[in-house]
Amino acid sequence: MTDQAITDRPFTAASFQAYLNEGRLMGSRNRETGEVFVPPRPIDPQTHSADMEWVELSGRGTLAAFTSVYIGTTAMIDAGFDRTKPYVAGIVELAEGPRISAQLVGVDGKQPDIAWIGRPVRASFMERGEGDKRRSYLAFEMAA
Amino acid sequence: MKKLNRGVAVVGTGMSKFGSFPEKTTRDLFVEAYQDMSAAVDKGFDRDDVEAVYIGNYSSDLFEGQGHTAPIMADWVGLAPRAATRIEDACASSGVALRQGILAIASGAYDMVLVGGIEKMSNLPIAGVTDALATAGDVLFEIPAGFTFPGFYAAIATAYMHRYGASADALLRVGIKNHENGKLNPKAQFQARIADLMAGRIAKAQQKGLPVPDWQTEMDFLHDDGANPFIAWPLRLFDCSPVTDGASAVLLVGEELAKRFTDDPLYVIGSGQASDAAALHDRTELTSLHAAQLAAQQAYDMAGVRADDIKIAEVHDCFTIAEIIATEDLGFFAPGTGHEAAEEGLTARHGPKPINTSGGLKSKGHPVGASGAAQVVEVWKQMRGAAGERQVDRDVDLALTHNVGGTGQTAVVHIYERR
Repeated sequence: MTDQAITDRPFTAASFQAYLNEGRLMGSRNRETGEVFVPPRPIDPQTHSADMEWVELSGRGTLAAFTSVYIGTTAMIDAGFDRTKPYVAGIVELAEGPRISAQLVGVDGKQPDIAWIGRPVRASFMERGEGDKRRSYLAFEMAA
Repeated sequence: MKKLNRGVAVVGTGMSKFGSFPEKTTRDLFVEAYQDMSAAVDKGFDRDDVEAVYIGNYSSDLFEGQGHTAPIMADWVGLAPRAATRIEDACASSGVALRQGILAIASGAYDMVLVGGIEKMSNLPIAGVTDALATAGDVLFEIPAGFTFPGFYAAIATAYMHRYGASADALLRVGIKNHENGKLNPKAQFQARIADLMAGRIAKAQQKGLPVPDWQTEMDFLHDDGANPFIAWPLRLFDCSPVTDGASAVLLVGEELAKRFTDDPLYVIGSGQASDAAALHDRTELTSLHAAQLAAQQAYDMAGVRADDIKIAEVHDCFTIAEIIATEDLGFFAPGTGHEAAEEGLTARHGPKPINTSGGLKSKGHPVGASGAAQVVEVWKQMRGAAGERQVDRDVDLALTHNVGGTGQTAVVHIYERR
């Protein structure tokens, strides 16, 4: 889990994306306090410590907030979503503490329910875009 | 506790008509706002006495393909070669420009400052506006998830509704109330109540021989997925502020100079500003805006007044849920009770705590960079008893403006006193 190839990478958005492309959700952990940051941060904004290490997240969490988007971004319209086919974007509270934003897949955007909040979710990874723009995206699906 | 080293007064305010104006650029709109402000200075002022210009502008770059807008605005109203500075803090741009103007006068560097706000949003198609506004969020870690600006506030709404049991109808009530106020504001983009818009649709259907909708109440209309479609569930079209073109202008002077320009100035007695995490998901709470709470506390402390003392407030209702949360963050109502206050009519024009008598961003319109300074136009009118049909029925000696950038990455609050 902590081979040299992992620990050598800088704590940047590019590294975070490179891990997503490998199907891994990675963050940085303050070695002193154990606080985890996802996406990774090079310094802890609270303690200002730069003594960070990479940590792989379990991908488990609960849904903290969400929306079903009918008027989407151009990127999501290009991905096939529109007024008749809304997508769900959510904020997930990860088991390790931090929250992260991602698309919630495997649910019907036309049948959203406030009761989804608090439900367990698990990370999944998907690819989107054409040619040079093709990249992996983090997503979540209902775990139960 | 922080105090200004020198008092600052508002001696004139103005705004362009808000709306969708294909034939006007930001320059035209700003000239209109400047002229409206000039006419509002009771004893007049000498343009040569204006020493600096602070312009709030979110993104003429994206909306019009024009950067470096502050000198252009100064030039167009004949204020070159005065120092001209653009402030960009998303939708809080001109609220922060106002604060910069106040601080510049308080420092002693200037005696008279022009604060402006501009935004021309209607040139782009809706997808372009959606993408431009989304850049006020975190484009690395939020926008790839599919979040749009309505989407962010919709997520806040779900967290709020889940935590406090608020209904989507409480949100719609905010829109109904703000349209009732906007109907009475000649500068508003929508000078119509929801009931008026509903009646218009019914009349149009009858005229065209189409099936006539069977809406009996405003809520029937607002629950109709055709008339009031979801933009980002649970937010519908009438939960969202519109795409707007507009400009605003405020003239500030050192407090000791104010009576030269008017016998009835407004004194800025409180000012606060704060920031918060780049991404909504990194906030401590999803059901309040911490930056707004901090900015309000700074402003209250500086002014030496409490939330209960404030007679009216213009708050940042970019979405209906945002007004409900604003009334809690400002201390008008306890956390989790703002939705009940909205449903009970406590924030109506003649209620105990009138909020957004101008029509708010929802009905007056929301040219994002112009909205903060435009809020001052309403408190200027209400505090001086010049708000016409929408004048509140009590003496307004203390008023507050609350302007938010993005999803709460920036918040700025000001308190005004009439002596």
